[in-house]
Amino acid sequence: MKKKIIALLLSAVMVMGLAACGGDPGTPSGSGAEGSTGSEVTDNQEPSQSSGGKILSVQIGPNPETIDPALNSAVDGGNMLLHNFECLLLVGQDGTLQPGQAESWETSEDGLTWTFHLRDGLKWSDGSDLTANDFVYSWKRVCDPEVAAPYAETVLSMVEGYDAAIAGDLDALQVAAPDDSTLVVTLNAPCSFFGSLAAFATLSPVQQATVEANGDSWAVNPETYISNGPFYVSEWVPSSYIMMSKNPYYWNADAIKLDGIKFNLIEDSNAAYSAYQTGEVLMIKDVPTEEIPSLEGNGEFYVDPIIGTYYINLNMKEEIFQNKKVRQALNLAIDRDYVANTLMQGTYSPASNFMGPGWIDTDGKEFVENANGGNPYIDNADYEGNLAKAKELLAEAGYPDGAGFPNIAYTTNDAGYHKVVAEYLQQAWAELGINMEVNIVEWSSFTPLRRAQNYDVARNGWVGDYSDPSNMLDLLYSSNGNNDGKFANAEYDAAMDISRTTLDPAERSQALHKAEDILMEEVGCIPLAYYNDFWLQSDKIVDSWHSAYGYWYFMYADIVE
Amino acid sequence: MVKYITKRIFLAIATIWAVATLTFFLMNLVPGGPFMAEKAISPAAMAALEAKYGLDKPLGEQYIMYMSKALHGDFGDSLRQRGRTVSSIIFSKFPVSAKVGGLAVIVALCLGVPLGCFAAYKRGKVTDSIISVVSTCGIAVPGFVICTVLMYFLGVRARLLPTLGLTDWKSYIMPVIALAFYPTSYIMRLMRSSMLDVLGQDYMRTAKAKGLSQRVSLFKHALRNAILPVVTYLGPMIAYTLVGSFIVEKIFTIPGLGREFISAITNRDYTMIMGTTIFLATFMVIMNVIVDIVYKLIDPRIQLK
Repeated sequence: MKKKIIALLLSAVMVMGLAACGGDPGTPSGSGAEGSTGSEVTDNQEPSQSSGGKILSVQIGPNPETIDPALNSAVDGGNMLLHNFECLLLVGQDGTLQPGQAESWETSEDGLTWTFHLRDGLKWSDGSDLTANDFVYSWKRVCDPEVAAPYAETVLSMVEGYDAAIAGDLDALQVAAPDDSTLVVTLNAPCSFFGSLAAFATLSPVQQATVEANGDSWAVNPETYISNGPFYVSEWVPSSYIMMSKNPYYWNADAIKLDGIKFNLIEDSNAAYSAYQTGEVLMIKDVPTEEIPSLEGNGEFYVDPIIGTYYINLNMKEEIFQNKKVRQALNLAIDRDYVANTLMQGTYSPASNFMGPGWIDTDGKEFVENANGGNPYIDNADYEGNLAKAKELLAEAGYPDGAGFPNIAYTTNDAGYHKVVAEYLQQAWAELGINMEVNIVEWSSFTPLRRAQNYDVARNGWVGDYSDPSNMLDLLYSSNGNNDGKFANAEYDAAMDISRTTLDPAERSQALHKAEDILMEEVGCIPLAYYNDFWLQSDKIVDSWHSAYGYWYFMYADIVE
Repeated sequence: MVKYITKRIFLAIATIWAVATLTFFLMNLVPGGPFMAEKAISPAAMAALEAKYGLDKPLGEQYIMYMSKALHGDFGDSLRQRGRTVSSIIFSKFPVSAKVGGLAVIVALCLGVPLGCFAAYKRGKVTDSIISVVSTCGIAVPGFVICTVLMYFLGVRARLLPTLGLTDWKSYIMPVIALAFYPTSYIMRLMRSSMLDVLGQDYMRTAKAKGLSQRVSLFKHALRNAILPVVTYLGPMIAYTLVGSFIVEKIFTIPGLGREFISAITNRDYTMIMGTTIFLATFMVIMNVIVDIVYKLIDPRIQLK
């Protein structure tokens, strides 16, 4: 018997020889990596705890596609940029604008000229001087058609000369540096929230010499990824981790307590949760939804609002949805409390308005507090009453108990709670006698389909870029590229036009509220729930905060045992 | 032999070309594009991006441009991971996957072949039944279940092994087990059935009648014949295992190539889809040629024509 076993083992060794032969084209270690460049070589070094010091290990999303400030359009990329770069202004913990690289700033009386005064002695993370000219270069770069920055229009379209710049004449953009510490921006129309844009990551300064020498790949290799924020990237192993180290040249470096932050690029929420449980990471953004019920009441589980709304588009091209009463009936027949608190496990909040918490009115107050005379547009506490009214409205529209109502379809991709919501709506609108089927579409096909209005009813959502209400109300402007339902209302457009041009804060506020009034009365879309961020964070992390934009600020954090 | 190999190489090139062409046109048929995001980018930015990557040109022209560049070894820039070229992504990530996958292949062979033989030899006994049950489970249970179970028990509960990334030898254990589970089970079954087949052959009886020792008859005569189906399976298996698995890499946060295959498609990253497809096709074709040659070495009766 023993002999047989030995013989079997020998046979295994023989077969291994075969395997080795077969493995040739891709000899495992090393050799393949020679073809790659610089730091992309993913030889598995020990994670950089070896660099020593106090390193905070967190998870705020998978591998970012880009961390070039001009190219980024994603929240997880934005979270990285926040720690690496500093704009002219920044958003403080209380949500207000604060001095960043600019120490002070002022606006001319006509609101068209913005002047920023930079701090003295600003430096890049490589120790070289940073001047106002760096901002001039960086802002013009955002307009460069060769760069094709996705957010160019959002952040710079109000600057004089933008149209010419985006067409290729970069120097037409009216951004100038009369001296090394002054930046003057001339706008083509007043923009009361331009300060928020000056704090927007797309407008971070980038170092001209490095970017020009390396092209797009400057933002891929830590050696060339020169930044000006509290931290700089010292290592990036794609899909594994981004290691950031404290930037000694940052103007406020003395206030930075951590030596480094390790952003673990974990893609799978269960893997993130495991790593959190074992203590390998101290904070995770991606909490598995099936774990949420067991985390209720856990002091390390946080739920915090972000500015954004989950809403439903009705395709306004379709005759049935051109009937206002039909839209109102559909809007009222939803039990939002149940959707947000039960189906979505409290990770969303029931929406009563289109504009939820976090949007700031011109008087500095929450926009939602001033909306509709301080009352919610939809009374979520009275679902039964709403449903009765919805049935009435549908009857008035000519479809009593849904009789004669055409069959409709709800289209969504399958992620998060989208499917659960779809099934709920199917059930909720069945109460009105409406027959709706659910179409689940692959994510990459879903967006183009929705944009082409190839649907009856579709899921939609928006998370704000900055807290000015126009950022979201603009979505329903008739010609907006994100107006997927093609809601078109002349009064609404007129109100938004006023909000864009007026310099009077009260008039502007009034116009914005009027727009929301019209939207909610006309049911331009059906708001369902407000977004929250929910995450797990150990008590060992102190002095970090989360903002309504969906960002986590770890730069001033510390770890206590 | 030389003639045969030359012929195979020509065939291989034709196969790769056909795969590349088919993929190119199919991926362009699928709705969506690399620059589609939940928030629409301005038409000007979209036009600029499409111009930058030549996506504004007619499809035929794009195809010719791509193919002529690819022939010169230039697979272009990734459309989504801006600043990275397709080849740099593939060649930086492939070694990581190949390291884990290579270990899994070795484990699968070392366990699968002997256990399969053993089960055949002990046909109908308890050992055979145990091996059958294990191998059936290995084939039936999906990869993510194995990963999750391993992660939960060894990583989270027992805290024996790290759950994140590839740091030291310990962190290879769970991914390798997860990757090797299916091929091990499959090889066990293949080996068992072909061994049973061979053991019933006349020449085995002759060997026994001649008085050859059990060892010689089993390993010199039976194994050499019985291993052929396993060798056939090895070609694609090695190729698939070395390029990495989407699920295993996602769950254990391994920066390998496996996930790029899937994310390239969901992201509509056209150049990455082409690059990864051509890479896998080439790898597959090479493995098949090697398998054919190995056949010949194991069984001289096989004529390579």
